[in-house]
Amino acid sequence: MSGHDNGAPVAQPTHFEFTPENLERAKKIIAKYPPGRQASAVLPLLHLAQAQHDNWLPRAAMDYVARMLDMAPIRVYEVATFYTMFNLKPVGKYLLQACTTTPCWLRGSDEVVAACERKLGIRMGETTPDGMFTLTEVECLGACVNAPVLWVNDDFYEDLDGPSTERILDALRRGEKPPIGPQIDRQTSAPVGGKTTLLNVKREA
Amino acid sequence: MSTIKFILDGREVEAAPGETIWQVANRLGIEIPHLCYSPKPGYRPDGNCRACMVEIEGERVLAASCIRKPAPGMKVQTASERAKTARKLVFELLVADQPPRERAHDPDSRFWQWADRVEVAASRFPKDVRPKPDRSHPAMAVHLDACIQCTLCVRACREVQVNDVIGMAARGHQEKIVFDFDDPMGASTCVACGECVQACPTGALMPATLVDEAGAYTNAPDREVDSVCPYCGVGCQLTYRIRNDRIVAVAGKNGPSNRNRLCVKGRFGFDYVHHPDRLTKPMIRKEGVPKSDVAIDPANPWTHFREATWEEALDRAAEGLRRIRDRDGPGALAGFGSAKGSNEEAYLFQKLVRTGFGSNNVDHCTRLCHASSVAALMEGIGSGAVTAPFMAAEQSDVIIVIGANPTENHPVAATFFKQATKRGAELIVMDPRGQALKRHATHMLQFKPGRDVPMLNAMLNVICEEELYDRQYVQAHTEDFEKLKAHVKDFPPEKMAPLCGIDAETLRTVARKFARAEAGIIFWGMGVSQHTHGTDNARCLIALALITGQTGRPGTGLHPLRGQNNVQGASDAGLIPMVYPDYRSVEDPATRAFFEELWGTKLDPKKGLTVVEIVNAAYDGRIKGLYVMGENPAMSDPDAGHARAGLAKLEHLVVQDIFLTETAKYADVVLPASAWPEKDGTVTNTNRQVQMGRRALPLPGDARQDWWIIQEIARRIGLDWNYTHPRDVFAEMTKAMPSLANITWERLLREDSVTYPCPAPDHPGEAIVFAERFPTPSGRGKLVPASIVPPAEEPDEEYPMVLTTGRQLEHWHTGAMTRRAEVLDLLEPEAVAMLSPLDLRRLGIAPGEKIRVATRRGRIELSARSDGAVPSGLIFIPFCYAEAAANILTNPQLDPYGKIPEFKYCAAKVEKVEAEALAAQ
Ligand code: SF4
Ligand code: SF4
Ligand code: FES
Ligand code: FES
Repeated sequence: MSGHDNGAPVAQPTHFEFTPENLERAKKIIAKYPPGRQASAVLPLLHLAQAQHDNWLPRAAMDYVARMLDMAPIRVYEVATFYTMFNLKPVGKYLLQACTTTPCWLRGSDEVVAACERKLGIRMGETTPDGMFTLTEVECLGACVNAPVLWVNDDFYEDLDGPSTERILDALRRGEKPPIGPQIDRQTSAPVGGKTTLLNVKREA
Repeated sequence: MSTIKFILDGREVEAAPGETIWQVANRLGIEIPHLCYSPKPGYRPDGNCRACMVEIEGERVLAASCIRKPAPGMKVQTASERAKTARKLVFELLVADQPPRERAHDPDSRFWQWADRVEVAASRFPKDVRPKPDRSHPAMAVHLDACIQCTLCVRACREVQVNDVIGMAARGHQEKIVFDFDDPMGASTCVACGECVQACPTGALMPATLVDEAGAYTNAPDREVDSVCPYCGVGCQLTYRIRNDRIVAVAGKNGPSNRNRLCVKGRFGFDYVHHPDRLTKPMIRKEGVPKSDVAIDPANPWTHFREATWEEALDRAAEGLRRIRDRDGPGALAGFGSAKGSNEEAYLFQKLVRTGFGSNNVDHCTRLCHASSVAALMEGIGSGAVTAPFMAAEQSDVIIVIGANPTENHPVAATFFKQATKRGAELIVMDPRGQALKRHATHMLQFKPGRDVPMLNAMLNVICEEELYDRQYVQAHTEDFEKLKAHVKDFPPEKMAPLCGIDAETLRTVARKFARAEAGIIFWGMGVSQHTHGTDNARCLIALALITGQTGRPGTGLHPLRGQNNVQGASDAGLIPMVYPDYRSVEDPATRAFFEELWGTKLDPKKGLTVVEIVNAAYDGRIKGLYVMGENPAMSDPDAGHARAGLAKLEHLVVQDIFLTETAKYADVVLPASAWPEKDGTVTNTNRQVQMGRRALPLPGDARQDWWIIQEIARRIGLDWNYTHPRDVFAEMTKAMPSLANITWERLLREDSVTYPCPAPDHPGEAIVFAERFPTPSGRGKLVPASIVPPAEEPDEEYPMVLTTGRQLEHWHTGAMTRRAEVLDLLEPEAVAMLSPLDLRRLGIAPGEKIRVATRRGRIELSARSDGAVPSGLIFIPFCYAEAAANILTNPQLDPYGKIPEFKYCAAKVEKVEAEALAAQ
């Protein structure tokens, strides 16, 4: 599909259905919405389907969700292609989504991207031959305060530069999970180099 | 609600509730550019392109006038400098990405017209990367390099036609119009209604006929003529777009039944008129060529026929008819008129048979489609026509569609049903086969084929037992209710469930829903009528509507969806053996006296023979001469092998048609006639709308107008006819037919469409009838109980499956026209039988393989197609394929009242045609 697709057609499975557990979950999700408004469940159901299917959404899954929610398939395709969080072709075990929007860019996202490309030998939008990593580019992740940011599956790695990005990739390849969050000496989103304000405020008892 | 007063360009104006600024301005003659908005019916404003911005005093930003509604006292300027500059910038941004105008797909598109008016021809902005062309569809050219992402096509496909094929995928710069999952259009689920093409303001979507291979606009029409679609009973109004006397495109027109919409046949199935197979010379069968020899190539009939002059052919045609009449009496002649011709032609044809042949042996294909519905309606409510137009579904809250597949056979009517469900109406579909409407249905009852009566009687039982009927209505407007109530007592849902295959709970639910609906309406098709118990089926539906009081009000009614474009009109005009024009009995002395007076001759007091009876009589030698105008009984009659043998036995067969049909191959004389776009005439659609068709093309070669041919035959068998134009005929019809009161030729020329009955010359006609009383002797609707009559031929060991026949979206009837329309034949090129995936697996047949389908009457070979909508045990075959004519197989058993054959049910068997056998052929 356009927007996500750049290159070869994807081998699509002909069939998809939820596992019994996911089917139960799906029913609970649908039940949250008033009758006749089941279509509102489309996003959570697509997420569920993607999670069940190696982190990408085949067409059969979208058709399945459409049937389940009584929607025209095209409306599900529109939703699935609109959100970059849905992968419409197979992705690596680790999906690296590099933010390149202005704040991250000013803070060095070019280096993060370059590190990924160099280390993994792939370009933006590609997957490593061993199926371990897929690299994509995303718009602002809403974490600019810790720019630049790299989003790996469910986690954010923040305050990156070239070397720290490479370290993370190495660890991931070894099957480790490096600590998430800021990669410099910094407590979450507190100022770099320690507190600068409210220094004399005593905690109230 | 009251109107809203506001200031528009300095003067005080009023907006109706809901009206937008753009609409008010437009109404007052103030032009505002617009691209993503279309003022056509059915298109909601979306406000995405900003071409229509206006300035509102006190507001920081400009507003999109197409979607913005005025507030009291609001001051709006449509042409302030600021608004004009901003609009101009919108165009400049869009022009940047357009292909250059010299190579535009449509240089006269709405986009370019507005660009001219706002004086934008070039752009300072850089061009973006543009999508590649998609020419995968035979009928439509997709060049998204001209797309401005206005989403009119999305609304066309999704909201107007409700086909849900087009979408806007991705976002931001990547945003793009897609068909399904970005499939090529030709491989998508598109049903080729062409609505998107008609809506697109840029030329990004175009009829393929208007552009060349590179997408340049090379085939611009040079004139346009308004007419009516020649295919189905919906009666869509359309505009023929013509270049050098050839139709190059068709556009939908805003008629009352179609509101600019069309289906693939109406929009893209026009080129049959220009097909090289068109008959252009009168022909006479060569001496010594036997009737049994029908191996004739329609493109080269000269192996069996010789060319004749009109004089000779007409003399020969009439001489044969005269000879038989004078020798064997009027009963030895018969005529088949056409539901594809005009009202005037139908009227003339029945008049010719009644006054010239001297009998009532005149019929047409209504016998094969809704004769049983008409029989039941005449008996029940005293009128064979619909009580409400299909647009009434807009006001219904429960809609029943039974034995019909409207998305294929009445596609534009189906758009009204689909839209109704979007609005929240409940749709109950009842049909043994699944269908596209299923997705929109609240309930889909796939009952066992031929088991309509048990299912419907169970619903009547629920309504009677649970006292859900409309007591007041029943008392005031019906008769024999107690009889019906007593009868249906024996049909409780629990007992009927195993018979009809629908569980009792569902039967109860749908019965309750329909009975309790504010406004319920019933539509039915040939799945109801084409049975030996067709009349009984219709009786049940009439009872359902009457006891629940679901007629005579907005959103209620009984509507048999009529098949042919003019089957309603041809029936009204008297192409029926039992009745004169307006359904008045030939056996009624007073009526007969009226027509004897009008036509100046004695008339036969006996009913004539029906279509199937005439063919049987030909086979038995009782009918010796037959005049067929525009019908194709060799394809359309049941047990076509027998019908063809009957045709071959005729001493004299005259066929008047535009192609050498399977029937014409048996003719002694063939008269080349006019196609619909070549004639002036009126037609009447399923909604009782009488509409004007206009001549758009010259006749090819030596072909002649049908009315002229009928008159020439009439003159030669002793009638003194002097019509000079169809309008003369229409004038005579208004004298013969009270139903046409207040409808004149001139009025139709002016207004295009008038509904009958019409109470005044300036009244549009009554859409919904019988609010007060029914046109029966008692003024009440008669409730007629129906018992269970099994189909005439049940499956057995030798023929274990059930065969049912029907039509496909792309092909019309016997295929004479649509198989010769390039786009339609490309979309559905070969004879197919639809079977359930399960049966195919069981029989070891792969989809696409050749199979042989046989019944007690014959066998045909065709390709198998796997169709999940077909239940196991059923075979569905469209009857449009001459190379594998489904009617070779069908059962000619008749319904005793309507005399309609059981096309929808007979026993059949299927086997694989082995590859060796194929090779040997
Ligand atoms: S032709 Fe009709 S069905 Fe096909 S994409 Fe266009 S609007 Fe949709
Ligand atoms: S294809 Fe035409 S109608 Fe569809 S979005 Fe593009 S410009 Fe608008
Ligand atoms: S710009 Fe990267 S997170 Fe906001
Ligand atoms: S026409 Fe009003 S926003 Fe497009």
